[in-house]
Amino acid sequence: MVPVLLMVTVVTFTAMRLVPGGPFSTEGRPMSPQIRANFEARYHLDEPPWKQYIRYMVGDFVDTGNIRDFGKHGLLRFDLGPSYKYRGRTINNVLFDGGIVKAAVSVSAQLGIFATLIAVGIGIPLGIISALKQNTVVDYIGMFIAMVGVSIPNFVLGLIFMLSMLWLNQHDLPALPLARWGTKSFGDWLSHMILPALTLGSGGSAFIARLTRASVLEVIRQDYIRTARAKGLRERAVIVGHTLKNSLIPVTTVLGPLMAAWLTGSFIIETVFSVPGIGRFFVTSITDRDYTLIMGTILVYAVLLVFMNILVDISYAFLDPRIRFE
Amino acid sequence: MSEAVAIAERRKRASEWEFTRPPESLWRDAWRRLLRNRASVVSGIFIVIIVAAAIFADDGFISWALNRETRPLLAPYGYKEVDFENTRASPSLQRTAEGGFPHIMGTDKYGRDVFSRIIYGGRVSIAVGVFGSLVIMVFGLAYGMVSGYLGGRVDTLMMRFVDIMYGFPTLLFIILLMFILGSTAGFAAIRNLVLGIGLVSWMGMSRLVRGQFLSLREKEFVEAARMIGARDVSIITRHLLPNSLGPIIVAVTLGIPGLIMTEATLSFIGLGVPPPFPSWGQMLNEGWRAIRADPHLIFFPALQLSLTMLAFNFLGDGLRDALDPQMRGTM
Repeated sequence: MVPVLLMVTVVTFTAMRLVPGGPFSTEGRPMSPQIRANFEARYHLDEPPWKQYIRYMVGDFVDTGNIRDFGKHGLLRFDLGPSYKYRGRTINNVLFDGGIVKAAVSVSAQLGIFATLIAVGIGIPLGIISALKQNTVVDYIGMFIAMVGVSIPNFVLGLIFMLSMLWLNQHDLPALPLARWGTKSFGDWLSHMILPALTLGSGGSAFIARLTRASVLEVIRQDYIRTARAKGLRERAVIVGHTLKNSLIPVTTVLGPLMAAWLTGSFIIETVFSVPGIGRFFVTSITDRDYTLIMGTILVYAVLLVFMNILVDISYAFLDPRIRFE
Repeated sequence: MSEAVAIAERRKRASEWEFTRPPESLWRDAWRRLLRNRASVVSGIFIVIIVAAAIFADDGFISWALNRETRPLLAPYGYKEVDFENTRASPSLQRTAEGGFPHIMGTDKYGRDVFSRIIYGGRVSIAVGVFGSLVIMVFGLAYGMVSGYLGGRVDTLMMRFVDIMYGFPTLLFIILLMFILGSTAGFAAIRNLVLGIGLVSWMGMSRLVRGQFLSLREKEFVEAARMIGARDVSIITRHLLPNSLGPIIVAVTLGIPGLIMTEATLSFIGLGVPPPFPSWGQMLNEGWRAIRADPHLIFFPALQLSLTMLAFNFLGDGLRDALDPQMRGTM
């Protein structure tokens, strides 16, 4: 986990410094060279890059101390440093407790968890039903829907949902709200959550359905299933106890990385539905060359990815007792 | 008695047929199986049409050679041809007031024909899909070949690096790369897209090739080749590579929709080919801004993008079933 994250910081640091321009040399914002030089000196942007990287990692990001509460920073202290764009705020402040709508990270996390639940909740049952009714109409329809689901990019699906909601609105039918985030009540929260979560989760559910079907079909032809039937177990016991548990193993292995990949794609869904999550910071942070914010956003996603992979390893061992950690 | 003769006769004929039947290569066999898959055939035809329409949308190469303005060939209008009389027109099958080809998918706020722009937009998607998978294939192949053939400590080290690459939030890195490569027009823009996407998506291919090589190099025929003194290069090119070609082709085809989707996503947030040249993602973005007023600006690009991805997915599925019948119905 640590080496991966370390690599991520090194590569991100190198990559973002390769983007032409800097936080204080953006076009359309004239600034006298002297002032710019002062700014850069205060944030140590005039130092050689390796020194800046070390400052970012171990701290002492700003040592002139003109601005209040800009003490010692450093990633090792879980401090993501000061923002260049949001003057006077730190990245931790921007991402984790950002004022109006609570924390951006918590909004994204709620959306992500909800979408994951949808993906798994629809995908696995659909896959199992298709597999158990292999080569019937149910199977064909289910798999065609899954194929369509895999083939529609999720932001396109979001746009389609928006179009249908607008159509409902035009005909004075009840429709879900299209943008922003609800915090007033549970119903308000749910009504704002449902469309983005469905958009984000449906591609995943289609993929999981295909995977589950394939996996169940493979397990169901194994000898131990025949043995279970032969010794007179009821069909339900064969399906639930023998087939499902074993066929979920390959599904779990790909689930982690895939989920994480979908969740990193969530920023575009957040853009489409104007959800105040961390996604919206990513593109603007690059246009602003807000280095610490770029690093912060990527790190949040990278931690998520690594965490998902660990979670998968654990559940893998849980599902398949033959696997043990040394 | 006569029955026994008849059986013997039949046996003889059967064995003769077996020997005289023209030998069928794996590829011809696979091709036959593919043609029997209806969804794949329809998808293949659809893809051919899109590609042909994209290439022959205008007389690009002739005009370039003659150094003159391009003229629309298959597309009824040019991609930046504005018609201020007919801005934001709804789709209709009626000829325009000037007697031009009907705007069957409507026009946008500048009066540009959506149908023509979708045809032109195919150029970007197809180019990214094809060249992107080429980049991934070359890079993933080279990496996986070295790792799988050498094995041992080198392999462990190289695969550790792949694991680390998997820990990167890919899409975010592509976006960062797009900023580094900068936005330029024309071919350079497509080249940047291909490079940006290719540089962070080769890992799956390298893992696949490595796995194939690892299992194949232990097989008897490779051992036999080594015994008669074949060099490493010829073992790789004559034995290992041809035998892993099937899964590679399938992976490449199934990878294309992902590339097209990434391109559309990038274009949607304004990081693709710069306007006025259209791409489907960029058209979706323009439609999104006018979602209340002109739903047709979203509907048609969305349909085209989804159908194209669907077609590549069906074709990839069909190819997998055809090349490896054992894998039929699995992922």
